[in-house]
Amino acid sequence: MGKIIELKKVNKWFDKFQVLKDIDLEVASQEKIVICGPSGSGKSTLIRCINRLEEHQKGNIIVDGTELAENTKNIEKIRAEVGMVFQQFNLFPHLSILDNCTLAPIWVKKLPKKEAEEVAMKNLTRVQIDDQANKFPGQLSGGQQQRAAIARALCMEPKIMLFDEPTSALDPEMIKEVLDVMVDLAKGGMTMIVVTHEMGFAKEVADYMIFMDEGKIVERAKTKEFFENPKSDRTKLFLSQIL
Amino acid sequence: MILNNLKPTKDKINTFLPLGSIFVIFAFLDVLTNTFLNYNITGFLPQTLNYFFPLLLGYIGLYLIRIEFSGNRFLDKLNKNINSSNFNAFLTLLILFIIIKAISPLMNWLILEANFVGSSKDDCTGNGACWVFIKVWFNRLMYGLYPDVEQWRVNSAFLLLFALVGIAFFVPQKIKKYFIIFLLFVYPFIGIKLLSGGSFGLVYVETAAWGGLSLTFIISAFAILFCFPIGVFLALGRRSSLPAIRYISIGFIELWRGVPLITVLFMAAVMFPMFLPDGTFIDKLIRVLIAITLFEAAYMAEVVRGGLQALPKGQYEAAKSLGMGYWRMNVLIILPQALKLVIPGIANTLLALVKDTPLIFVVGLMELAGMIGLAKTNPKWLGMAMEGYVFAGLVFWIICYAMSRYSQNLEKKLSTER
Repeated sequence: MGKIIELKKVNKWFDKFQVLKDIDLEVASQEKIVICGPSGSGKSTLIRCINRLEEHQKGNIIVDGTELAENTKNIEKIRAEVGMVFQQFNLFPHLSILDNCTLAPIWVKKLPKKEAEEVAMKNLTRVQIDDQANKFPGQLSGGQQQRAAIARALCMEPKIMLFDEPTSALDPEMIKEVLDVMVDLAKGGMTMIVVTHEMGFAKEVADYMIFMDEGKIVERAKTKEFFENPKSDRTKLFLSQIL
Repeated sequence: MILNNLKPTKDKINTFLPLGSIFVIFAFLDVLTNTFLNYNITGFLPQTLNYFFPLLLGYIGLYLIRIEFSGNRFLDKLNKNINSSNFNAFLTLLILFIIIKAISPLMNWLILEANFVGSSKDDCTGNGACWVFIKVWFNRLMYGLYPDVEQWRVNSAFLLLFALVGIAFFVPQKIKKYFIIFLLFVYPFIGIKLLSGGSFGLVYVETAAWGGLSLTFIISAFAILFCFPIGVFLALGRRSSLPAIRYISIGFIELWRGVPLITVLFMAAVMFPMFLPDGTFIDKLIRVLIAITLFEAAYMAEVVRGGLQALPKGQYEAAKSLGMGYWRMNVLIILPQALKLVIPGIANTLLALVKDTPLIFVVGLMELAGMIGLAKTNPKWLGMAMEGYVFAGLVFWIICYAMSRYSQNLEKKLSTER
C-alpha cells in the first residue's frame, strides 16, 4: 500500500508560540490512525494542516502526491479529496440535510442534481438518517447532526477522512451512534485520521496510535503495543489518567 | 385605624370596586365632555382645581380599585398592567387624558373642519386643513413637471414594473430566474427609454421635468437595485485577504460614510461636470443616481459586514473542507446566512435611502417633498406648507411601512431555526 499522506519535519507557529515541532508522519492508503493527547498538544492543528485549514511554516506536507505550500494551486481539489468532520458539526443551517449533502457534489464536482441526490441518499442511509433528509440541521439532535456531517463529507467520495474530536460536543448517549458509523466506515476500508479521546473506539479500529504532547509526537506505535506496553513515561501517565 | 379601613382589600371589594369605578368613570366623563362637547361639568370649582380635578379624581378612583388578588380577572389584569402603583396610575391617567385632549383638535384639523371641495385657496373657508391644495396639485405631486399628455408613459412604465414583479411572484421557480434577470438587466433600459423618449415616436422629455412621487420611486428603485450588490462586494472586499482590495474597500467606505449626502449630491451635480472633458455630458439625474447609490452602498457594506462577522468560523472551514473556492463558499454558504441575519439592518438602510431622496432638491430636482416645497411658494397657494408636508409624510410613511412589513415577512419566510 502506497503512502497517501506524508509529513516531513513539519513546524507551525501561532505568532511566537510553536504548536507543531518537527512532526514526521506517514499514512498508507486504507490505514486508520488515532491521535490522542492532552488538550493544547497540537493534535487538532496537525490534522487541520493536512487539508490546509491551517498553514504550516516549515517542512513538507504531501497529500496524495501533491505538496501543500503557499503557492499550491488547486488547493480546492485536494480538499475535495480529503473529507473532514468537525467537533461542532458545522452543518449549513440554512439548507436542509439533503441540500447540505448535495451542495458540494453539485457545485464542486459538477455532478448532475439527480445523481448528487442519489449519492446523498445512499450516504444518509449508510449513517441511518435517510428519514431526516428534508429537515433542517436545527431540528436534529447532536448525534444526528454529526452523522449528517459525516454523510456530507462522504458525498464528495473522499480518499481520506479526517475527524477532529467528532464526539466531544455530544451528549454521552449519542456518542455511540456516531462511533458506530465511524467503525462501519473504517471496516469499509477508508483511510482515516481520528483525533479522539474514545479509547474503546481506538482499540477497535486503529492500526496505529499516535500520542502527542506539547506539539511533538511522543509515541507512535501499533495499537495493541500502545495500550499494553507504552514506552514513554508521558504516555503511561496519560493512559493511566483516561483509562 | 381610619387609614387601615381605607386600604382596599379583597374582603371590602364590594364597597371599594363600585366606589373606585364611579370615581374613574366620572373623571373620564369630565375630560370627554370637556373636550368634545365643550361643556364643563365641574365648572363650579375654582379654576386651578377645576383643571386638575379629573386627574385627582381618577387617581383616587384607581387607588380604590387597586385590590390585590381580587379574583376578578379583568380587574387583576388592569391592576397588573396599568395600575400597579400610585406612580403608574398617575402616568396612565396623564397619558390617556393627553391623548383624549390631543385627538380632538387633530381630528378637527384633519377631517371635521377641513375643506375638500373647491379649486382655489379661496374655497378653504373652514378652520381645518385645506386639502383642496393637494387635490389641485395632485398631478404635479405625482409627475412633477412631466407634460400632462405624456404622463401615460410614466404610468405604463410603473404598471409594467408592478405587473412583472407580480407575475414573478407566481410563476414556477424555474422561470422565475429569467424574470428576475429580465427585471434587473432589461427592464431598467425599457423604463428609462419609456420615460425619456426621443425615439420610437416618443417625444423627448428631459430629466429636469421628471419629478413628484414618480421620481421618488425611480430614484429609490435604482439606488436600491445597485447599492445592494455594490455594498455586498465592498463588505467582502473589506474582509479580503488581499491587501490592495481590502484597503481600496476601506478607503471607499470611509470616504463615502464620512461625507454628508447633501454635499455628495452638490458635488455630483455642480462640481463633477467641471472635471469632465469638454463636450462630454452626463445627465444630471444619472449623476445624482450614481452619487446616491455609492453613498448608500457604503452604508450597506457595513451592514453586510456585520452579518459576515456574526457567522461562526466553522461555516467557512466546513465550506473550504468540501473543496469550495472563495466565490462558491461566499455565494452558497456565507452570504445566504449573513444576509438573512442582517435583514433588519438592510431594511433600515433602504428605508433611510427612500427618506433621503428629498435631498435632491439641492440640485434642483423635485421629487414629492420637493414639489410640495415648490407648490407652497406659489403666490396663489401661500401658507399651505402644513397640508403639503403632512401629505408627504403620510405618503412616505405608507411606502416605508410597506417595506418594513415586507422585510419582516422575508425574515419569517427564511427562518430555518425552529
